[in-house]
Amino acid sequence: MRMKHLIVFIGGLLFGFGLAFGGMAKQEIVLSFLQLKDLGLLLLLGGSAFVTALTINLVPKVLKGPFLGGEFKRRKRTLNRRTIIGAIIFGIGWGISGQCPGSAWSSLGVGNIPVLIGIASMFIGAYIMGRFFT
Amino acid sequence: MFPLGLFPYIVGGIIIGIGVSFIYIITGLHATQSSFFSTTLSYFSKRPYFQQKQYLDSRGWRITFAVGVILGALVYTLTLSPEGFFTTSVQWWRLALGGLLVGFGTRLSKGCTSGHGISGLGSLSTTSLYAVITFLVVGILTAMIVQVLRVIP
Repeated sequence: MRMKHLIVFIGGLLFGFGLAFGGMAKQEIVLSFLQLKDLGLLLLLGGSAFVTALTINLVPKVLKGPFLGGEFKRRKRTLNRRTIIGAIIFGIGWGISGQCPGSAWSSLGVGNIPVLIGIASMFIGAYIMGRFFT
Repeated sequence: MFPLGLFPYIVGGIIIGIGVSFIYIITGLHATQSSFFSTTLSYFSKRPYFQQKQYLDSRGWRITFAVGVILGALVYTLTLSPEGFFTTSVQWWRLALGGLLVGFGTRLSKGCTSGHGISGLGSLSTTSLYAVITFLVVGILTAMIVQVLRVIP
């Protein structure tokens, strides 16, 4: 259990470092991507998805399971209207503010304190979803 | 197309991918982001949606993960960052309104830029591919409208 938290923490350090290195902690850079002035974030998304795809698809051929036990599973989600409507609503919020959940945490790490407003709002949005739309 | 160059984006993406891969290989967990909000709300709300088993099982490590992400960005700021700490100029009402829609939308869609974008695409999930295309197109259209309305930055 302690080991699991340590591993997740180290992976989180890398995740946050990479987000900040790639500019995601700055809403201005995210917005300049969404306004198609700087397409660099496509490379960030593509690069991270590519490395992850290699891992998820190749490592289970070599190892029987994760080192801490259990089994390797793909991330599976069923496609339905909620998937798409949710993605539309997320896209609107992303385009308005340049924030998404992971990048908001990395923003705190670069001292981008106003994003606390965004994180508090994400909690409220997630609560409204779970409270009234399930 | 790439005024800041390609290097930070490609390297940043690879580092993120290594972080996700490291967690996956050792623990088998998909290190994704937006579920954090629902799993952490399970500490505060007794409603069945928030008390579902998969949320109770993952709420501990998701907090550890978020702390790691914050500190990882802090390490970058204190070491390699050319300009040090940064504060956005985006207006508070946009952070608030955008955050509300991001929280609601990602939980309805069951994924965000990391859940659908990194782990979903990495799992070759067509559901995630449709979600990613949708939020990219809508995000671009919305940001364009914001720009046309001369709300800056």
